[in-house]
Amino acid sequence: MSHIVIDENRCKACYLCIKECPKNLIKVSDKTNNLGANIVEFCDPEHKCIGCAMCATRCPDLAITEVYRG
Amino acid sequence: MVAECVENKKVLIKGNFAIAQAAINAGCECYFGYPITPQSEIGEFMSGKMQELGRAYVSAESELAAINMVLGACSTGVKAMSSSSSCAVALMQEALSYATADELPVVLVSVMRGGPGLGNIYPSQGDYFQSTKGGGNGDYKLIVLAPSTVQECADLTYKAFYLAQKYKNPTVLLADGLLGQMMEPVEFKPYPYPEIDNSSWALTGAKGRDGRIIRSYAPLADNQCEFLEKLYEKYRKIEENETEWEEIGTEDADIVLVSFGSTSRNVKTAAKLCRQKGLKVGVFRPITLFPFPNKRLNELADRVKKFITVEVNMGQMVNDVKLAVNGKAPVELIHKGVGAPPSPEDIMSQIEELI
Amino acid sequence: MATQVFKIADTFRKDAKYTFCPGCDHGVAIRLVAEVLDELGLRDNAIVAAAIGCSVTIYDFLNIDALESPHGRAMAEATGIKRARPDKFVFTYQGDGDFASIGLAESMHAALRGEKLSAICINNTTYGMTGGQLGPTTLVGQVTTTSPTGRNLEYYGYPIKIAEHIALCDGTAFSARVSLDTVANIRKAKQAIKKAFEVQMKGLGFGFVEILSSCPTNWRMTPEQAHDRVRNEMMEVFKPGIYKDITEN
Repeated sequence: MSHIVIDENRCKACYLCIKECPKNLIKVSDKTNNLGANIVEFCDPEHKCIGCAMCATRCPDLAITEVYRG
Repeated sequence: MVAECVENKKVLIKGNFAIAQAAINAGCECYFGYPITPQSEIGEFMSGKMQELGRAYVSAESELAAINMVLGACSTGVKAMSSSSSCAVALMQEALSYATADELPVVLVSVMRGGPGLGNIYPSQGDYFQSTKGGGNGDYKLIVLAPSTVQECADLTYKAFYLAQKYKNPTVLLADGLLGQMMEPVEFKPYPYPEIDNSSWALTGAKGRDGRIIRSYAPLADNQCEFLEKLYEKYRKIEENETEWEEIGTEDADIVLVSFGSTSRNVKTAAKLCRQKGLKVGVFRPITLFPFPNKRLNELADRVKKFITVEVNMGQMVNDVKLAVNGKAPVELIHKGVGAPPSPEDIMSQIEELI
Repeated sequence: MATQVFKIADTFRKDAKYTFCPGCDHGVAIRLVAEVLDELGLRDNAIVAAAIGCSVTIYDFLNIDALESPHGRAMAEATGIKRARPDKFVFTYQGDGDFASIGLAESMHAALRGEKLSAICINNTTYGMTGGQLGPTTLVGQVTTTSPTGRNLEYYGYPIKIAEHIALCDGTAFSARVSLDTVANIRKAKQAIKKAFEVQMKGLGFGFVEILSSCPTNWRMTPEQAHDRVRNEMMEVFKPGIYKDITEN
């Protein structure tokens, strides 16, 4: 199943990934990390992720550390 | 053009060529330079010889680039050097400060000419401060070796490479236009020092290990304090082990003439002339300007009635002699701003005036 | 069974976290360099000459041998490294101020000599680490902390088009300008970095990539606005493209 892995403590809340996702699967979380940033979270209950890795390619902080396709 | 140098045989050779040949004998793998009188022969010699030997020579776009290329080459653990003079050595000060902080075994030959500014191409000792006190930023020391003959130009070039490697500290061979341009017979002995193993720190590509970082950037104050203490511990060790000087007739001397480099040649003759007149004059010649022979000068000051430094500048080393003597005896200065050193007769008559 | 299509490059230092401001494209550029080093198998043989400015921290993130250089002198350091060890893969990672202002002589002459080196230059039209002053690439009209009423030509002169200048040097094998404003352009940027590295590996000459990047903090913009600026303002003046590629002839 296609999915991404987010390292919460790398996220700096720039939110560039949110716009990048063609399926709108990334959103701002209520949770904060050790930087005090409202991090992003991956929400894909319907398994819409296609593993395109656009989010990881865009992320300037390597916070999206893994992307799987298939 | 260039005397062919054969080890264990005396050849008549210019100081600049002797330095270059010695660097090659010492195993210098890379030379980076930019022309400036009175040391341009070093680069000229190197340009042909290094290529012939399959070593690196780069005509750098500036002295800034040249010295930084030396830092780059040294970071990989090879012996590398540049040579320059006064106003152009001024351009290298930043890189020398970095090299002390990065602990890189840089060798720089500084063949002094007249200053300040463009000055002129006559011999001078006006860069005693530049080399021993540094024009770069921060707390650091360069090891400084001062030859007085062409033979010493060769021998101390060997030593400069050795000390630079041994202590991972930039080392300056401080010659002047007189030594660079004069010819004397020289015997090129094989490089007499052991090779230093650089494999624990040199940049060679991180195969089988983590990447090494050679840097001076210390974002935290505590890091920097710790580093400086370590650096100065190294300088104390250098002072303990490597201080070198020459003494002539100091055993019974009332007056000791202190002089370094080419100027000390006429000073030695002047001392002889004084002895002929019945004056008890000795000569003290620091060979390492850092480390400076403070301790020995201070010992001599217990007995010596007067120290007179003789320099071709407006009085630079005299300050270090005063610090070393620490008030135990008066320290006077005989000097000439720039040019060939004062003649022995001239020095003697000035000594007579001072006593 | 899902296949992994993205991971952190092996060349990246384990557990290292970027210290750049949120949205800064340095993180993307360094990641691309790490990925290319991985893909070309260069990690074990690479030495980077780091520069001064935000770019200096590259050695905190790449697990390769690195030498810090005084401001502007990275290309001289790299020349020294390469001449001493011609078998090593040597590159620099510099900002525009480092590469094209204080270090312009070193950069141009390395290209003119045809040094077998690769250089990555981050162009964000400002001095980032020192707080957003006018730099060699600051656009006409751009407000910075040292051009408070904007860069006017009469007073400050013109910005430099780096990739074009480097392409003019006969020793240059590859010179390109890329942008990190979109994912598509990020992918193109990676190809350009790869090419700049390959020309060194093949001994063809100097390889250069100028990367148009955002500096949201000093531009006083959100990360998204900053990318819009890269696209709408920077790319209008600094046209992306390959300005020289001797492998194409």
